[in-house]
Parts: sequence; C-alpha cells; structure tokens
Amino acid sequence: MGRVGTVAALAGALGVAVAGVARTVVTRHRARRAGCPGRWQVVTVDRSPEQVLPSAVWPEPLRRLDGAVEVAVARAPGGRGTELAARVRPHAVWPGLSAHLLGDDPGLLVRRTLWQVKQLAETGEVLRADRTPGERGPVVPIAATGSPSEGSPR
Amino acid sequence: MRALCWTAGGELTVCQVPDPELRNDHDVIVRVRRSATCGADLPLLTGQVPGLAPGDVLGHEFLGDVVEVGAGVRRHRVGDRVVVCASVACGACWYCRRGLPSCCDNGSTDPVGNEAQWGHPVAGCFGQPRAAGGFAGSHAEYVRVPYADVGAFPVPESVGDDRAVFASDAAPAGWLGAEAGEVRPGDVVAVWGAGAVGQLAARAAWLLGAERVVVVDRHPARLLMARQHVGVETIDRRDTDVTAQLREFSGGRGPDVCVEAVGGPAGEHLSLADRFTGRARLPEAVREAVYACRKGGTVFVLNNGARHVDAFPAGTVVHKGLTVRGGRQHGQRHIPMLLDRMARDELRTEHLATHHFPLDRAAEGYALFRDRPDECLRAVFTPP
Repeated sequence: MGRVGTVAALAGALGVAVAGVARTVVTRHRARRAGCPGRWQVVTVDRSPEQVLPSAVWPEPLRRLDGAVEVAVARAPGGRGTELAARVRPHAVWPGLSAHLLGDDPGLLVRRTLWQVKQLAETGEVLRADRTPGERGPVVPIAATGSPSEGSPR
Repeated sequence: MRALCWTAGGELTVCQVPDPELRNDHDVIVRVRRSATCGADLPLLTGQVPGLAPGDVLGHEFLGDVVEVGAGVRRHRVGDRVVVCASVACGACWYCRRGLPSCCDNGSTDPVGNEAQWGHPVAGCFGQPRAAGGFAGSHAEYVRVPYADVGAFPVPESVGDDRAVFASDAAPAGWLGAEAGEVRPGDVVAVWGAGAVGQLAARAAWLLGAERVVVVDRHPARLLMARQHVGVETIDRRDTDVTAQLREFSGGRGPDVCVEAVGGPAGEHLSLADRFTGRARLPEAVREAVYACRKGGTVFVLNNGARHVDAFPAGTVVHKGLTVRGGRQHGQRHIPMLLDRMARDELRTEHLATHHFPLDRAAEGYALFRDRPDECLRAVFTPP
C-alpha cells in the first residue's frame, strides 16, 4: 500500500472510531434523558415506612400518578428510614394533567413526585418557591435618592 | 417595597416590586435592617449564570425584624430581631439531624434541578437562581424566610446590627473552615484569602486554640486589616514564595491545617465548557495549600466559586496522606454559638463592613465591591 493509501486507511479507521465513540455517547445520553424506562427512581425518606405510607395509602403527590406507576417500599439500612421507589408501568396511560406536564420524560415527573412525598413526610409540607416579582406584579425601576455623603468609607 | 433587582443584560437596578408573601406554614416575613454584599454574588452580575430572571432580587446575608409569622412557626413572634442563615435547610431530614444543614435534602424547591447541578440536592440559598433554592434575596425591604424555626435566630440585645449581620454567612463559613479543618490547640494554621470569610476563619482558628495563624492574600489593604483586627501574621503572595515562607513559618513541617477562603474570581462565571476552552483557571490557592500542608494535615476548601478545576495535585494528597475536605457553612448549627461569642466580644466583625449605603444606592455599592477602587471589603445596605 502506498503512502497515500496508508494515510487514507488511518483516516478511515480514525473516522470509524470517532463515529463509534460518538454513537456510544449519544446512546448513553439518550438513555439518561429518557429516564431509562423501567428503571426505579428512589429516594430515602428519614422516616419509618409506616410514616411514609400510613395504612399503606399513597400520599397525595403519588396519588396523582395512580395507575401510571408502581411503587415499592423498603426499610433503609443503618436506620436511615425508608427507601421509597417508583417506576413507570409499561404502556401506562397517564392522567391528562400528568401527560401534559411530563412531555416525553416520565422519569422526571416520577422523581419530582418522590421528592415531594419525601418533603411532606419529613417536614410536613412541600416547600414552595417565592413567586417572581414579575408573577406577582409590575417591577418598576426607581431613581437613586441617597445623599452624596452616604456610601463613603467608615 | 424597594429591592435591588437583576435586570436584563446583567445590570442591577433598585426597583419597586410587590411585597413578599407567606408561602408555607413555617415561613416568616422579615423587615430587613442590614444586608451585606458577598463574593458569591459576583458571578451573578456577569449575566452569564443560567436561571436568573430579570426582576430577581439579590442578597443572602442579612438580619431584620419579624413582621409576619406563618401558622406553623413556634419559635418566633412579630417584633423579634433575628439574624437569618443565608442557606435554607429544613432541620428535619437525615443530614440536618446530623448537623449537616448545608447538605439538607429539603432546602430547595427544585431538588431535581439541583441534582442535575451537583449530583444531589443541597441546601437552598436566598437571592440565587431558581435551581439554587427559589427564594428571593435580602437586598430588599422585606424577605420571606422559609423554615424560620430552623434558620432564624434571635440576636442578643448587646449585639449591634453591623456586627450581627455577619453571623448570617461569613462568620459561620469561617468557623466551619477552622472547625471542620480540625484545628487543635498548638496548631499552625494558614488561611488563603483575607476577605471577610478568611479573616473570620483565622479568628476561629485562634478561638479553637491555634498557636500561630498566618493569612495569605495579594491585597495589601486586606492583609493590613487582618493584622490589625485579627492579630495574625500575613504573607503577600505577590512578592513571596508562599510555600517556602510557610515552611519557614512552621519549623519546616508545613501548617497543620490549611483553609482556602479566596472566593471566586470577581465578575467571572465559568461553565463546564470552559474546561475545554482554557478559560478555567487552576485552583491556585488549593494547589498551594496541598503543597504547603504538613504530612497528614488537613486542607479545607471553602471557596464557593470552585466549580470545575483541573490539574489538581492528587498524587501529593496520596503521598502526604492529606485529608482534603470542603463545605458550605452550617449556620443552623453555628449561629447561636457565634452570636454568643459576639455578645462576649470574642468575635468582632464591624470592621468588615467597610462601606455603608442606603438600599436605594445598592447598585453603586455592588460596583464598588466588584471593582474595589476604594479597597471595599464588604458593602452593607440599609433599607429605608
């Protein structure tokens, strides 16, 4: 094989290798993005299973996903409370609002829901963000009015 | 109310915005008395930090008076003067119950977004992008304080506002550096950074029994302040071989504990992508601390701005048997003790507030803090 042929072969091999790596990266990335259907989403709740699911009844945040997910509960090792897991049922029919919210990533909604259950069990409430100024009303710039002497070093 | 808002293009403007409201049973509303600038805010000013929206209110280090109380609050009543921990933690999760509130599972309103950033959700913070909590900042007349029974603390009458405000963030951060660095009586301690956190880490080292404390910085005015107010020895890194000087200073052993408290580069926000474009800086102070520290010693990293760093001397950590730790402040655990020390005059912090501004001129205060034309260490704002 001549010199040109060798270079071409090397370039070809390099191209195949790069394409292979890229395909692997993209595949892994997509798998993560899709929330790996079938994979359990798990949070550890620092409370006993009886407190997390009293009388084996799903708390409100999970009830919204009723029928669309399966739930598993296990005692966490080392006295760390309860491992609460949920995963999307195969071919689940999502409730209307959930379907609207989750788009094509049900794993994300399941995970958010588990965190809400955990917050509810541990603190008694789901923490709410401040509404942004724009959501609550107008944001109106005002002119500075300080006296010239203020702001000088102490 | 009036508040210092981030506006489009990374500008800061004092605006008239709606008052905050109680959103959870464990909230209180605080009328702000003092609110301080912090180096952790500087990257936000660049306009490159994702998640910040025009109209968001900045600021996280503050104290004030309780003016409204949620139905589930037990420890506070209207009229209490309180200092509020800059980070938000629930007090009820596994981490909080073990004294690690900055690792709180429930301190953010977006734990899933938080996981994407750090691998796990961590405590929230006031005045940061929504993924870091979802709580408006303290450079305002009023602030909503979640989990108030856990994160707000009554201030002893004898402690003035200008001292107490630093119990919110800088003092617990400095204390953590010395305590978690495991400073023991007789230790030699080196602190990188003579800003507010560095000075308070040095002071904490004294209080924990260190025999010698040295502070490293490149700003002469800050080093002078550290000598005058904390009583430490100093090294100006602009014209000194820091590692050699520290070896000389510690009998050739190296400091027992090294605390890195330099903060992030002013006005710079580095992303993961910057690792590959050469913009990401080497963690100079951390590297220096790792090389300088004695064998078997501890390096504690407080620098909140250390997002992605490369060329870390991992081999030195192994061969010298070092312990390298890091952390955000655990104010929920430390603030009552720090306020007691402030009341006993063991901890004086007023000198850190080098500049005072009315809230209406807060944008000017930030410009001064960022550009330091006047050796500004911290600017403190007072609402009308």
